[in-house]
This record gives sequence, structure tokens and C-alpha cells, in this order.
Amino acid sequence: MNTATPPSLPAAYGDERQRDVANHLGMWTFIATEVLFFGGLFLAYVVYRVAYPAAFAAGSHTLNFWRGTLNTAVLLTSSLTMAMGDAYIKRGRRTALRNCVAATASLGVLFLAIKASEYQEMYAKHLVPGLPFDPAASPPLQLFVFLYFAMTGLHAVHMLIGLGLMAWLLRLNQRGRLTAAHHAPVEMFGLYWHFVDCVWVFLYPLLYLIPQR
Amino acid sequence: MTPTEPAERPRATPSYLGGETSAASWLGTLDHKRIALLYLFTITAFFVVGAVAAALMRWQLAVPTADLVTSDTYNRLFTLHGVVMVWFFLIPSIPTVLGNFILPLAIGARDVAFPRLNLASWYIFVSGGLLALYAIVVGGVDTGWTFYTPYSSTYSNGHVMVMAAGIFVAGFSSIATGLNFIVTVHKLRAPGLTWFRLPLFVWAIYATSIIMVLATPVLAITLVLMGLERVLGVGIFDPRIGGDPLLFQHLFWFYSHPAVYIMILPSMGVVSEIITCFSRKRIFGYPVMAVSILSIAGLGFLVWGHHMFVSSQSVYAGVVFSFLSFLVSVPSAIKVFNWIATLHRGSITLSTPLLYVLGFLALFTIGGLTGVFLATLAVDVHLHDTYFVIAHFHYIMVGGGVMAYLGGIHYWWPKISGRMFPEAVAAFAAVTIFVGFNLTFFPQYLLGYLGMPRRYMTYPAEFHTLNVVSTLGAVVLAVGFGLPLLYLTRSFLRGAPAGPNPWGATGLEWQTSSPPPEDNFAQTPVVTGPPYDYPPL
Amino acid sequence: MNAEDPAFRPLFATYAALIVLLALTAAATALPTGWWSTPIGLAVAVAKASLIFVVFMRLRSQSPLVRTFALVGFFFLAIMIALTLADYVTRLVPV
Repeated sequence: MNTATPPSLPAAYGDERQRDVANHLGMWTFIATEVLFFGGLFLAYVVYRVAYPAAFAAGSHTLNFWRGTLNTAVLLTSSLTMAMGDAYIKRGRRTALRNCVAATASLGVLFLAIKASEYQEMYAKHLVPGLPFDPAASPPLQLFVFLYFAMTGLHAVHMLIGLGLMAWLLRLNQRGRLTAAHHAPVEMFGLYWHFVDCVWVFLYPLLYLIPQR
Repeated sequence: MTPTEPAERPRATPSYLGGETSAASWLGTLDHKRIALLYLFTITAFFVVGAVAAALMRWQLAVPTADLVTSDTYNRLFTLHGVVMVWFFLIPSIPTVLGNFILPLAIGARDVAFPRLNLASWYIFVSGGLLALYAIVVGGVDTGWTFYTPYSSTYSNGHVMVMAAGIFVAGFSSIATGLNFIVTVHKLRAPGLTWFRLPLFVWAIYATSIIMVLATPVLAITLVLMGLERVLGVGIFDPRIGGDPLLFQHLFWFYSHPAVYIMILPSMGVVSEIITCFSRKRIFGYPVMAVSILSIAGLGFLVWGHHMFVSSQSVYAGVVFSFLSFLVSVPSAIKVFNWIATLHRGSITLSTPLLYVLGFLALFTIGGLTGVFLATLAVDVHLHDTYFVIAHFHYIMVGGGVMAYLGGIHYWWPKISGRMFPEAVAAFAAVTIFVGFNLTFFPQYLLGYLGMPRRYMTYPAEFHTLNVVSTLGAVVLAVGFGLPLLYLTRSFLRGAPAGPNPWGATGLEWQTSSPPPEDNFAQTPVVTGPPYDYPPL
Repeated sequence: MNAEDPAFRPLFATYAALIVLLALTAAATALPTGWWSTPIGLAVAVAKASLIFVVFMRLRSQSPLVRTFALVGFFFLAIMIALTLADYVTRLVPV
């Protein structure tokens, strides 16, 4: 085994391919931690939906079905644009990458704007935990609403972090630091963004699509 | 150089302790060995903080109705002790100190997979620690380290949010370290080092890292939910809206039970390294030992409900958790048998590391057995929340975990510092710790059995004698723990130089100089045989 | 390379499938499918997530080791939910 490492690699690696696999393993490990992090909220959701099916159905009814559905479409599209950006940079197409990341970020902003409007609607209906709550609502409805805000709120925090990371990617790209040979930041960020999309893919039916009795 | 000098020879690489020695070079290092020492310094400081709290508690408990402190202060003391010892000492101890230092060496690598993440993990740990210290200094928390709702989320007047924030932040350090180690073991092993040639210490760190990575996020979300309930005045644990305080316990213990395996598995890895070296024998049943490490890690995720037998958890769930808890004791017991079989007919050298290991074997076995008692539903009804539980987990965490940590520090001390420690003093300290430990904690089994509850600062006069013995034992234990602080510091500065392999041990870490150069090996080693390849006796 | 590049076809095909699945779940709720809409919704969510994992996150071209890493989180989450439900299901009186 040679002892001379290319200067761009940390000392421990023998070659780029080894580092590439290491990056993937590291990123997927991080995603596994996110599964368990959100998982605690999903556990609470399952427990309380089993305990209070009527309140959960009523709670789902208070949400805006169309905005939720539209938001799902927005996020799925942003995953497409991100995947395209990843494919482009692997071919060294820096301008195309910039456009795709910008598109992804714009869709992310759109998602958050729609979400904000939904939160605003809940506020208007006195359905925000911690503020005076709608007295006509059954107590367990507040559980549903709490989980709605906690789950979509945590998801929104991850979206905001994603927007920040995309700003960083655009800066890297602008400085010419992303190339066909060195595109790991794009690929790794892509994994993060797609995962955040997957979280929403599960939140959508659980929150918005509970069948009414 | 004068013109008559011979052709230039390669300059000897300085050890990782030499070269750049400024504070900046240490605080900005990417070298896993220096990061290990940064962690060593930090967790030792936290150990002292946690120990002071324990000393105050034992002092208070020396007399049945003492009023050294108020009950409120006493609550804050045992909370501080638990939080600091669990999250800021024991969970990081072996992984961040011995794991960081030895793991890359043991697999023939030059560093961990993500050195910058490694340094970041230390800074994250320190940030979490500072938040926790701040919470302590401004008055502390009185909920117990377990933060049960609704007390923590609704009624407590302590600084719950800041303390929870400190633990939350420290959790990310845990995750980062675990992630780093997992990828390191998968991708950076030297040529020829297949999985079933790995030293058991590496297996142990690997399994521990899996637990760290999968369990800690659940703690994180649990603290967030508790914090939200506290801040908003309403939450998912709140019975007024149909919430269940027990859900907090399910979430909390889903992390905290695997967390105890984070605390003991690395110790088991250290024990295997020391036992093979000082009995000059291969480990008995290597494949079984490796598989049992993984089994403990896996099964450890299935037993958390045994902390909730009397909490109003369903009895049927209790039966399931009790059965699964019996199961997890099996691989641990197998390991104890295999260690004894390794010692059997070995060529034994009673050095300090082995003294710690022998202590471990005795104390871990007792602690483990009492764990099986507590896993028995009907017995736990009587023993839950008594001093029996406290004795049980201290036997494992201190008698097992800390003894193995100290054993590992002594075993790898020559490698880390390039110096030897004074054997006589060290052996004396090890025996003092063993004696002091038993004096402190064995009476607590009896106290618990007799009915003394935990987390109370006063007690009926009938428990007086045993409490006095326990407090006196704590004094002995303190002396025992204090000695290594003194002689190891002295040894670091002016101990006798150690060679590359003073114990004559197998393992790749012993095939480089003591202390190692910054990039660990002059040439990447190639592995051609099994671990612990000692010649037949 | 433009949008007709063959490398993009799997991406567009996956996207189309995702949108179709989204429409399916939305419709399943809007129509009177009763309690069926929950298992349908979950099954569709799993299908969508699988498509995203396999195509967008490129698991189909990764080693078995990487795929294991990708799935392990869900495995332990399932354990957490199942064993916790063992308590609630045997304790709760239906509301």
C-alpha cells in the first residue's frame, strides 16, 4: 500500500473511491439518526391516534387539505430538481447545477410560505398550543394540533437548514469548487434534501388524510 | 549541515506530543490522539464535579436526620450527580478517550474517517458541558437525572431548560463520535484485517457506536418535547388534554437503557485486551465473544420497559420486557465465563491493569446478577426506587465501567504518554478502589432490601449503621480515585520512558513507537493472522 | 446534455410516478373509501419513499452495505413503536 496520499485527501484515506464510500456511509448514518429523531414524534402520533381516533380525525379536518397536497407536490418537485442538479454536476455542468439548486431552494421557500399561511390559518382559528385554545375543541384535539405543529415545525427547521446549505452550495459553485471530479457536497446535500422530502411524504397522509367518520 | 555530512537521512518524525505544542495547535488539532487527550482532560474535570456532589450526599447520609443541606438542595445534588456522571463522564469515557486514541492505531489506520468532525465533536461536548455547568451554578435542577414528567415539564422550579439544553447539545457529540467510529471501522482497516481478526476492543467500540447513533436521537427529541411542554404550558405528556406522562418514560428509557450498554460495552472490550495480554493467551471463544457484543447491543434496545414495571405500564408489557431482560443477561454471562476460561491456565502477571480487570470480573458479575433480580417483576415491585437499584447500577457502572476505564488508562498509558506509571502505587490505588467501592456500595444492597428508598436525604434510625459504613467507604474510594490523578500526572511529566511494547502485547497499536508519531505508522501494517496471537504456553 | 439526455429519464419517470401516487392518496381521501384510506395512504407513502430512496438517493446503484445503513433506522423505529404499543394496546380503554 502506498504511503503517499494525494494532498486533497485526509491522511487516513488511500484513494478517492475509499473516501467516497466513507462519505456515503457517514451520510446514511446521519440519516438513520434523523429517522430516530423524527421517530419519537411518530411514536407519539401512533400512540395517541390509537387512543383518540375521533379527536385525530377531527383534528385532521381542521387542516387545509389543498395546501397540504400542494405542498407535497412542491417538495416532490424540489427533489426532482435536486436530483437533476446532482446529475448535472457529475458531468461538470456548473451553470446547470446553479439553476437546479436555485430552483430547489425556490421551491423550498415556496413550501415554507405555504406552511406559514397554514400556521396563520390555525392561529386565526385559535388552534395553536400554548395560546388560548378553541374552547369548543375536545381536549385530545389539542394533542393532535400539538403534534401537527411539532412535526411540521421540526420538518420546517430542517427545510430552513437545507436552504442555508443550498446557499453554501451556490457559493462553492460560484467559486469553482464544485466539479465533475469533486461534487461530494452536492451529492451529500442531495441525500439530506431527499430525506427531508421523505419525512414530509409520511407526514402528509398521517396529518392531512385521516378519514372522517 | 557541513559539506562532509553523509547524504541526508530522513528526519525522525516527532511524536504526536512533540512538533507543534502551542495551545492553538492543540485546540485546532485534527489528530485523533490529541483529541483523545482533550477529552481526557474534560471528562476528568466533570468526574470531579460529579464526585463532589456524591461526597456531599454521602456526608448528609452519614446521620439519619442530618440537615447539612435542605431537601431541595439534596434533590439538586443527586440530579447533578446523575446528569454529570452519566452524560459528561461515563458515556464519553472509554469511547472518546481510549476509543479516539487507540481505535485508529488498533486497525492500522492513520486517523479516523472524519478528523474535522472529530474535533467538532469535542467542541460540541464542551458547549453542552458549559450549559450544564451554568445550570448547576445558577441553582441546579431537582428532577433527578431522569427528568420524569409532569414534574420536569410542569411543576419543577429548577433550571430544567438550560440543563436539558446542555444534555441535548452533548448528545450531538455522542452521535458525531459514533458516526465517525462506525465509518472508520468499515473503511479504514489495514490490509488483511478482516472483521473476524479485529481485536475485541474494536468490536466493542463498533457496537457501542451503533447504539450511540441510534439511541441518542430519541433522547434528543424527548428533551425537546419535555422542553416544549414546559415552555408552552401544554404538551403531549399532559393529562389535562389526554396526554400520558408515561409516554415520556417510554421515550426516555428507549434511549437510556441502551445508554447503559454504551457505558459497559467499551469496558468489556478493554477487559478482553487486558486479560489476553496478562494471561498470555488467546481469548477463549473469540467468535462467541464478538457475537455476544453485538447481541448485547441489539437486545439492549428491547428491554427498556423494565425501568417502568411499577409506573402503571401494562402488566402484559411488563412480562414481555421482563423476559427480554432475562435474555440480554445471557451474552453478558457468556462473556464472563469466557474471560475466566481465558485466565484459566494462563501465564498470569498481576499488573495494575489486570488488578482492575479482576475487580471488574467480581463486581460486574455481582451487578449483573442483581440486574436479573430486578428484572424479575415480582421482586422489582419491592426493590424499585430503593437503594438496591442504586447499588445494582453502581456495581455495573463503577465496579464494571470505571474499573475497566482505569484499567484501560493504565494498560495504554505507556502508549499514550511514552512513560511508565509507578507500579506499586498504582496497584495500591487499584486495591484501595476495590475495597472502598465494596464498602460504599455493598451496604446499599442491604439497605435497599431492607426498604430504604432512594433520593431521600433522611431515613429511619434502623438504617444508620449501614449508611455510616457506606459513607466511610466513600472516603476510601475517594482516596483510591485521587491517587491516579496524582501519580499519572507525575508520570506524564517525568515517568520512566516506555518502549514501544512494554507489556509484550499483541495488537497493532503496540507496533509503533510510544508515544506514536502523528501519522501513527511509518508504514501501514499488514495483518496476516488472528488477534491475541500469543505463543502457546 | 439537455433535458432529453437518457440520464434524466429515470428521474422524470420517478417524478411522474410520485405525482400519480400523490393524486391517488388525495383522491382516496376525498372519495368515500372509509377506513381504507389509512392503509392506502400509508402504503402509498411507503411506495413514494421507496422511489425516492432507490432512484433519487441512488440506493439502486449502491452496495448492500450502504443499503443496510439506509434501512437500519427504520428497523429500530419499528421496534420502538411495536414494543411501546404493547403497553398502550393492553392498557387503554377505547375512547
